[in-house]
Amino acid sequence: MAIGLSHYLTVAAILFTIGIFGIFLNRKNVIVIMMSIELMLLAVNINFVAFSAALHDLVGQVFALLVLTVAAGEAAIGLAILVTYFRNRGSIAVEDINLMKG
Amino acid sequence: MVAALFFYLFASVAIASAVMVISSRNPVHSVLFLILCFFNAAGLFILLGAEFLAMILVVVYVGAVAVLFLFVVMMLDVDFVQLRQGMLNYLPVGGTIGLIVLVELALVVGAWAISSDALTAAGAPAAGNVTNTEALGQILYTKYVYFFEAAGLVLLVAMIGAIVLTLRHKQGIKRQDVSAQVARGPATAIEIRKVEPGQGI
Repeated sequence: MAIGLSHYLTVAAILFTIGIFGIFLNRKNVIVIMMSIELMLLAVNINFVAFSAALHDLVGQVFALLVLTVAAGEAAIGLAILVTYFRNRGSIAVEDINLMKG
Repeated sequence: MVAALFFYLFASVAIASAVMVISSRNPVHSVLFLILCFFNAAGLFILLGAEFLAMILVVVYVGAVAVLFLFVVMMLDVDFVQLRQGMLNYLPVGGTIGLIVLVELALVVGAWAISSDALTAAGAPAAGNVTNTEALGQILYTKYVYFFEAAGLVLLVAMIGAIVLTLRHKQGIKRQDVSAQVARGPATAIEIRKVEPGQGI
């Protein structure tokens, strides 16, 4: 059975679902939540590249490159916020984060 | 046939390591499984013919982002056992929502087809005897150069933000102040005293 577009879309859908599931499962641990977000962005990238290959259109890969850039920036900023928060409070438990009383 | 075999290998290892990322007890193991997942995703990209993105994925994620995660996990002295308490309470609602999303995605994938116009309307067809990297560069630096610049701007802002957030000046450390040194003149640095002969200071 030849490997087609739908196979890659299935893999990406499963990875995306695992990412969402991870956010709910590790609701207290910000680091694992951020890793789940990275997994979801990876699933989106697999979708982009799969469609790009199936449609013979390179724009999908260009957009995947931009998604990669934003994901890297997001990880850097998120971890910087995490380090600053840990310095101030000595904990990274998500339910303790209510400084802004939102 | 070989490609199908490799597809199933990469896909199954990627999904298994993604499951381990969210269910591992130790966050360090989570990060290492994330690295494995990204390696296998890079393998999938190579199977799709996107070699440049595969290599970028390895360099950016394994080389930078995952190491950043590892660094933060190891640097922060967090009690991860305490953070995992009550994890089973979230299992039902998380499982329900995950199942709903999976069913929705399956419905979308199942009831979907490429329109016949899409193949003819493709904006940038990959040329025949040009490598993936070259073809990507030919459109990234010409047609999509503004997006490329915007990506650079995003990275610049992220870099400045991360530095501003984590930089702190410790009190009680003597630092070099160049402008103060340059602004210093004879009037503030030298004191002229009249010394009587034979008396000493």
